[in-house]
Amino acid sequence: MGEHTIKLPDVGEGVAEAELVEWHVKIGDIVREDSILGAVMTDKATVEIPSPVQGEVIWLGAEIGDTLAVGSPLIRLKVEGEGTPTQAIEDQPGELEPAEPKPLPETTKVAEAKPKAEAKPEPAPLKAAPVARATTIGAPRAEGDRPLASPAVRLRAQEAGIDLRQVAGSGPAGRIGHEDLDAFIARGTHAAGAVAAGLQPSNEITDIKVVGLRRKIAEKMAKAKQRIPHITYVEEVDVTALEELRAQLNKGKRADQPKLTILPFLMRALVKAIADHPQMNAIFEDDAGVIHQYGAVNIGMAAQTRNGVVVATVHHAEARDIWDCGAEVNRLADAAKAGTATREELSGSTITITSLGAIGGVVTTPVINYPEVAIIGVNKIMMRPVWDGASFVPRKMMNLSSGFDHRVIDGWDAAVFIQRVKALLETPAMIFV
Amino acid sequence: MKKDMICKLLIIGTGPGGYIAAIRAGQLGIDTVIVEAKKAGGTCLNVGCIPSKALIHAAEEYEKVLHYAEGKSPLGIGLAAPTLDLGRTIAWKDDIVRRLNNGVAGLLKKAKVPVVHGWARFKDGKTVEVETETGPQIVRAETVIIATGSAPIELPFLPFGGNVISSTEALALKTLPATMAVVGGGYIGLELGIAFAKLGTKVTVVEAESRVLPLYDAELTRPVMKRLADLGVAVLTGAKAKGVSAKGDALLISTADGADEKIAAEKILVTVGRKPVTEGWGLEEIDLDMAGRFIKIDDQCRTSMRGIYAIGDVTGEPMLAHRAMAQGEMVAEIVAGHKRSWDKRCIPAICFTDPEIVSAGLSPDEARKVSPEIKIGQFPFSANGRAMTKLAEDGWVRVVARADNHLVLGIQAVGVGVSELSTSFGLAIEMGARLEDIAGTIHAHPTQGEGFQEAALKALGHALHI
Repeated sequence: MGEHTIKLPDVGEGVAEAELVEWHVKIGDIVREDSILGAVMTDKATVEIPSPVQGEVIWLGAEIGDTLAVGSPLIRLKVEGEGTPTQAIEDQPGELEPAEPKPLPETTKVAEAKPKAEAKPEPAPLKAAPVARATTIGAPRAEGDRPLASPAVRLRAQEAGIDLRQVAGSGPAGRIGHEDLDAFIARGTHAAGAVAAGLQPSNEITDIKVVGLRRKIAEKMAKAKQRIPHITYVEEVDVTALEELRAQLNKGKRADQPKLTILPFLMRALVKAIADHPQMNAIFEDDAGVIHQYGAVNIGMAAQTRNGVVVATVHHAEARDIWDCGAEVNRLADAAKAGTATREELSGSTITITSLGAIGGVVTTPVINYPEVAIIGVNKIMMRPVWDGASFVPRKMMNLSSGFDHRVIDGWDAAVFIQRVKALLETPAMIFV
Repeated sequence: MKKDMICKLLIIGTGPGGYIAAIRAGQLGIDTVIVEAKKAGGTCLNVGCIPSKALIHAAEEYEKVLHYAEGKSPLGIGLAAPTLDLGRTIAWKDDIVRRLNNGVAGLLKKAKVPVVHGWARFKDGKTVEVETETGPQIVRAETVIIATGSAPIELPFLPFGGNVISSTEALALKTLPATMAVVGGGYIGLELGIAFAKLGTKVTVVEAESRVLPLYDAELTRPVMKRLADLGVAVLTGAKAKGVSAKGDALLISTADGADEKIAAEKILVTVGRKPVTEGWGLEEIDLDMAGRFIKIDDQCRTSMRGIYAIGDVTGEPMLAHRAMAQGEMVAEIVAGHKRSWDKRCIPAICFTDPEIVSAGLSPDEARKVSPEIKIGQFPFSANGRAMTKLAEDGWVRVVARADNHLVLGIQAVGVGVSELSTSFGLAIEMGARLEDIAGTIHAHPTQGEGFQEAALKALGHALHI
């Protein structure tokens, strides 16, 4: 028997390091050649790591969430025959490819759930606290008796703001030990309250490591909100005419043409409006103090995946007709959901659309896809009564909730831009002339 | 006028409470200033614990050698009659005090806490004026700790001066008085009385109560009474001091049966207790609530005025340095924002008489008040090998515990050198030890400390050496 060390391969694209987001194996597992060991994530793409050999997993070189340099040891297998401890799987090109669409296991892999361990002050208790300790262990203290505890336990209690008179001691003579204090803390202070029949208070705390895509989302959202003073502008759009047109087009489409959603129309409308308002289609490099206005209208669209939201980009919307836009939207949405979208497809946007319309909602306050300067949020189309000057008529109304970087876009300009988009959508023929 | 000093924390007094608070505050990064009118270290270091222990040790050594010279020692040691140069003894003591003064000053310096020398006086709750040698200095602070300590109580009919002295003067006598009357048979009077008796003074103790050391139970003080008799110290209990004779060479008393008597006394040492120093520093300006003679504090040493803390003797009994130190440490941590409150289970007290007395926690009588049934285990040093080899068979260790769960409530001891046992007594009580814990701890042999383990075993009903 020998050992075989697998190193983190070069996952391409000049990437120097990658974050481990999944382990498919654990120590003791037998893996076959080509079976998937785990996955790492680079900027956008997730790459699966297959095993080049058959063997038993004896060592894992990282925890989920760890960032590894390319070439660092990832996993060690016990293999038949002589081991090749230094072999890295970049020796076997072709084994690597962007991850296939893969069903994720039931439990989300990035969520490493475990019961919350209490912050252990020093000195650490000698053993882990059994959380499920009975509420009254040890001789009950007589009224007026001072709680019995060592100075170290008393100090911990004081610092945690716990009145030791409330804590049952499991030690001899009712002495309160570190483990009693742990149990008390774990139980929470509300445990003493009355519990309604059949309803049990839960003091369970599940720790979920924020890793992988979720971490990237968290960082990006925080950055966007820290840096960008958002201005949100909501306007309603009468899409009755647009919906009629969409229905007609979908009815008469050729078999090779995609079914059109509202998105391709909005994209084309944006292209038109941006022609008059180029400042909306830009990247604000705030550290450098430069705004890059783009000729290309690369429209990002937020897509929900199982692991969180990603933004897939319809590149060069200005050069695509409505059918082309529709086809690209559908293709990218599928790829994003399946996890097969490439890095290019998941980057490069200059303005973003986010739609929660399918779920409902009247207004959203979308977060700008930093470092862009504008985001257009689509709300649900609803039939509403609209006063036409003589009577109420039923109209299909849709709200646009849009966010702008107020550092570089004034409220006035934002409003004028959205009014332009509104006019285009309400009279859809204008989109096409 | 000097430029005002502004600080986060001002401490008044560099006694054990004040200087510990200052050091801890310095460690915690609190901008702290401390004021001292005299020398660093307070009563304890300058005119209390430390110098008295020096004198007591010198007296012990002298008495021991004298004993050898008299040919009475069973150890077979004989030598010529010793001489005593009390001036040199006091100079040696002063040197220890000086070294410790410097030590405290050095510790304060290391903690980066400046000392303002002079008498402090509150102008308001946040402002103190210090009369320094070079003029008044205003110190403004967010928080103030009063650690002004205590002073010997003076009797109106025996005002200090001349031959009437307090413990402070007793520790600085250059020549040995032939006779001394000690008014007040508390621990200070007896510690010093025994020391002078050993040095050769004819000592008479006058105590108004029915027995000396009234704070300790009679059983504990019995070995001390025996020793006092051996040393030729006359103890008059139930007797009241009335004044000094016209010539100033005797103490006038009224004995237990009402007769007037005259006790020849070259020096009259008045040790009737100590009073908190609550005057002269502007207490009236800040009008704090009092608890009797003392400043009233809560379990965080907070006074009735926000931002003003008080620690040590000025806050009440027991007036012991180690209580003040623990309070000082706690208050510094509270000022630093830590959550702390006074939660000590015991403050051990030691009486450095011959033999010494230690008491930690509750006496049997006190224990009976909190626990319906108690167990007591007492082990005599006469059954302890180490005590025998030290000619220290007098005395014993006593453990008091609850009968139901064997929780140790109090530990007392009397005997030569038992002061050092106070640490394990205190530890046992703070840790919430039961009799079994002490009995189950290996105590090294041969030591007097074995008596502690044996006393616990005795309370459990199976002492091994008795």
